[in-house]
Amino acid sequence: MPPVAYFLGLSAVMFMLGFLGVVLRRNALIIFMSLELMFNAANLTFVTFASFYHNINGQLFVFFVMAIAAAEVAIGLALIVKIFRAKHQIDVDQMSSLKG
Amino acid sequence: MLNVIVFGLIALIVVATALAMLLTRKPIFSVLFLVLNFASVALLYLILGAPFIAFAQITVYAGAIMVLFLFVIMLLGAERAGFIEPLKGQRWIALILAVVFLVLVSILIMGNLLDLPSLHKPDVDFGAPVDIGVLLFENYTLPFLIISVILLVSTIGAVVLSKDMQPVKNVQVVHLDEVTTSGEEEE
Repeated sequence: MPPVAYFLGLSAVMFMLGFLGVVLRRNALIIFMSLELMFNAANLTFVTFASFYHNINGQLFVFFVMAIAAAEVAIGLALIVKIFRAKHQIDVDQMSSLKG
Repeated sequence: MLNVIVFGLIALIVVATALAMLLTRKPIFSVLFLVLNFASVALLYLILGAPFIAFAQITVYAGAIMVLFLFVIMLLGAERAGFIEPLKGQRWIALILAVVFLVLVSILIMGNLLDLPSLHKPDVDFGAPVDIGVLLFENYTLPFLIISVILLVSTIGAVVLSKDMQPVKNVQVVHLDEVTTSGEEEE
């Protein structure tokens, strides 16, 4: 089995790629998908430590994270569809009505 | 040693598909690359002795959430947003911070500063659904019920958000003060 550090490093790399996707892309759908990538990085850390400490509570928490992510994606995509109906684009640079 | 090679291959696929998801211009390709990413991460979960979580990942993430994304891309049409637009220096700050973070993490890993040993091969029945189910319903009952309420609320919210809000016609509106004054007149 590989060392724990390899799994944690992979989780960190995934998290950073998700973070870059959230910050650098303008398409709201790509931002959402990068957010899912960050969730997966956290899930990988949970499962890694669940296997490391031989404690199954980590895997249970991954289950909760998946359920919350599914709920969040449903609401987020409904919001994106509504925004598209209003503005006919989903470029987040154009969503600046609240800008001071 | 073979385990490390297999892990290396799967990790390579994970990172490559994540990068491809970020760099491709068409959102539909991003969705498909992310599905492949989720499948590779599910393989990692299988290596770590979490069979239930691996199949829940395939079912929930790759099977339901990504299909939701595909539906929305179908509804919105092909978006052709460009890749990196100059956001007044945010692009370079984000890249620098990402590189700093990765350098720190690689120092931790290669220098073995955390002194984490290798994982042991998990038992055959470690992450069995039976154990997770028993834990879910015995120790984590309240979070389970809260999660079910959250899912219900999100379903209702998604339906409400997708409706066109127009006033209902042909309905007689009764004001509350009219009701109370009519009650006083009767007395």
